Amino acid sequence: MKIAILLKQVPVKDAQLKVNGGGTWIDESDVTFEINESDHYGLEEALRLKEKHGGEVVVVSMGPERTKEAIKQALAKGADRAIYINDDSVRSADPVINAKILAAALKQENFDLVLSGLQSDDLGHGQTGVIVAELLGMAHATIVMETDVKDGKIKVKRELESGWFQYVEIPLPAMLTIQSGLNQIRYATIKGIMAAKKKEIKEVIPADLGLDAAELQSPGVKLHKIYVPVKTKETVILEGDPKEIVGQLVEKLKNEAKII
Amino acid sequence: MKAPNPYDFYNINTLLTDEERQVRDMVREFIRNEAMPVIRDYFREGQFPTQFIRPFGELGLLGANLKGYGCPGLNNVAYGLIMQELEYCDSGLRSFVSVQGALVMYPIYTFGSEEQKEKYLPKLASGEFVGCFGLTEPDYGSNPSGMITRAEKVSGGYKINGRKMWITNGTLADVAVVWAKLDGKIRGFVVEKDTKGFEAKAMHGKLSLRASDTAELLFEDCVVPESALLPGTDGLKSALMCLTQARYGISWGVIGAAISCFEEALNYARERIVFDRPIAGFQLTQNKFADMATEITKMQLLSYQLGRLKDRGEMHFAQVSMAKRNNCYHALEIARTCREILGANGIMDDYVPMRHANNLETVKTYEGTHEIHTLILGETLTGLAAYQ
Repeated sequence: MKIAILLKQVPVKDAQLKVNGGGTWIDESDVTFEINESDHYGLEEALRLKEKHGGEVVVVSMGPERTKEAIKQALAKGADRAIYINDDSVRSADPVINAKILAAALKQENFDLVLSGLQSDDLGHGQTGVIVAELLGMAHATIVMETDVKDGKIKVKRELESGWFQYVEIPLPAMLTIQSGLNQIRYATIKGIMAAKKKEIKEVIPADLGLDAAELQSPGVKLHKIYVPVKTKETVILEGDPKEIVGQLVEKLKNEAKII
Repeated sequence: MKAPNPYDFYNINTLLTDEERQVRDMVREFIRNEAMPVIRDYFREGQFPTQFIRPFGELGLLGANLKGYGCPGLNNVAYGLIMQELEYCDSGLRSFVSVQGALVMYPIYTFGSEEQKEKYLPKLASGEFVGCFGLTEPDYGSNPSGMITRAEKVSGGYKINGRKMWITNGTLADVAVVWAKLDGKIRGFVVEKDTKGFEAKAMHGKLSLRASDTAELLFEDCVVPESALLPGTDGLKSALMCLTQARYGISWGVIGAAISCFEEALNYARERIVFDRPIAGFQLTQNKFADMATEITKMQLLSYQLGRLKDRGEMHFAQVSMAKRNNCYHALEIARTCREILGANGIMDDYVPMRHANNLETVKTYEGTHEIHTLILGETLTGLAAYQ
């Protein structure tokens, strides 16, 4: 089984984030990065499926040069090779554009299964995987908690709301977005780290993938500004007898605070 | 220019290869996820956390700088970084891995027959077997050449009599590399745990290295087969070659212990309010941090260059003595200073410095005391041996 895992590198969870000077993104100079959490679980699931059914696991990752650290980590854990799309502008907030680039890279390979995390820990759209599936014409399932491949099909357990789950069987090739916690992520080993040095990382740029440059430069979603939420506080003293005060309070809770 | 990282002030990270960084980060991740949450309880109980032995093997940490026989053949800087990350948690964990790799696997690898290597190394590398190293005796610590333990040739093998003390991994061990005088010359033997006449007894009452197994080894007419002799061993210098390996690892390990204390004290001092401001804002505290960061940086640079020399085959044992002596001394001073910064809280085992300080009392003493390394340096520098 030929499996692709879409892997994004994001700031570590406890990073102290600062907005950059232009308010366009975070200041990355003091930040360390890691594999996006749900992508990491996706990688583990891909490795387990390979161990069970044979085949290969290919890491597909996009981002600036630093992304290679995440790729090497995935190769050290047992992925067979990687496709690295070198693109520093991927912090584009438009999941459609990101998905188009990823789909173009995936299309050349005919994967049986494409996995990604449920969502990225930085932008958190939760859309990239699904759009990739649409672009490739693959069946897809989201928020996957369990996988079982049998006879050219894959049965998955999906997480719904309020502790409910759904079992769905879909044909291969398929795209799954993986929920964190469905397995236990392995550690790399020293042998794995040493073996990873010899594994292929095929580096491409979006232009190599036959994409229309103009299309990539006109996103439907643009990130205009990021900022730390501004804390505001306003105190209103309600006056009158208790009955009047209660009336005013209820009115404010209903119409201003909108909590009742 | 951004401010330097307090724990890597000279950005030594940039001197490391990708592979070295990856190995360090992998061990760091494992240790922080798995070992840090439980180490306090093991220290309290005086137990070694044996559940980590097999994972250490699976990750490739046992005999990591040896090549073949199930060992990955990592370079010595990466090996040192493993020691650093282990000792960030506790000297007991690093001691386990040091003894297994540098004092058991290394002598079998270096002085053993092909048969001995095939028999023991893969099992020691995987963690299926645990090993210990018996050199020190109750009356012969700094002066091992005076050892009393004797081996004599008997029909079909050798008969060993004597006692070894302060033996890390002693009761856990499946195999012991034991040093004994055979016809007046110190030789190494691989003794398996169930050999008749061999007994390992746990030592109790330690206030240091509590999360480590320390034992006394007793040999009473213990007959081992001929195949137990490590054929390449040739006098005390063979045992000292092993110690050089272990001391090298210690010089790195204690950096981890020092950073662990420093990190906790720095975070604490920024938050602990005394006289209406954080204690980190007082000059007396800042003086402590400035000194500690400087010493940590010096320790890192010493061990880093020592590792590069070792990889080039240019490392002299006196250079190892310098790093072991300096780094243990300063790691212990740093642990004590961090304990002071934590005030009364610092005596509790909720915080790491006093546990590390207690451990480092041992680490400063074993594998050549501070004084012995001073004399080794003295002899190397002056050409005159003070201990003869």
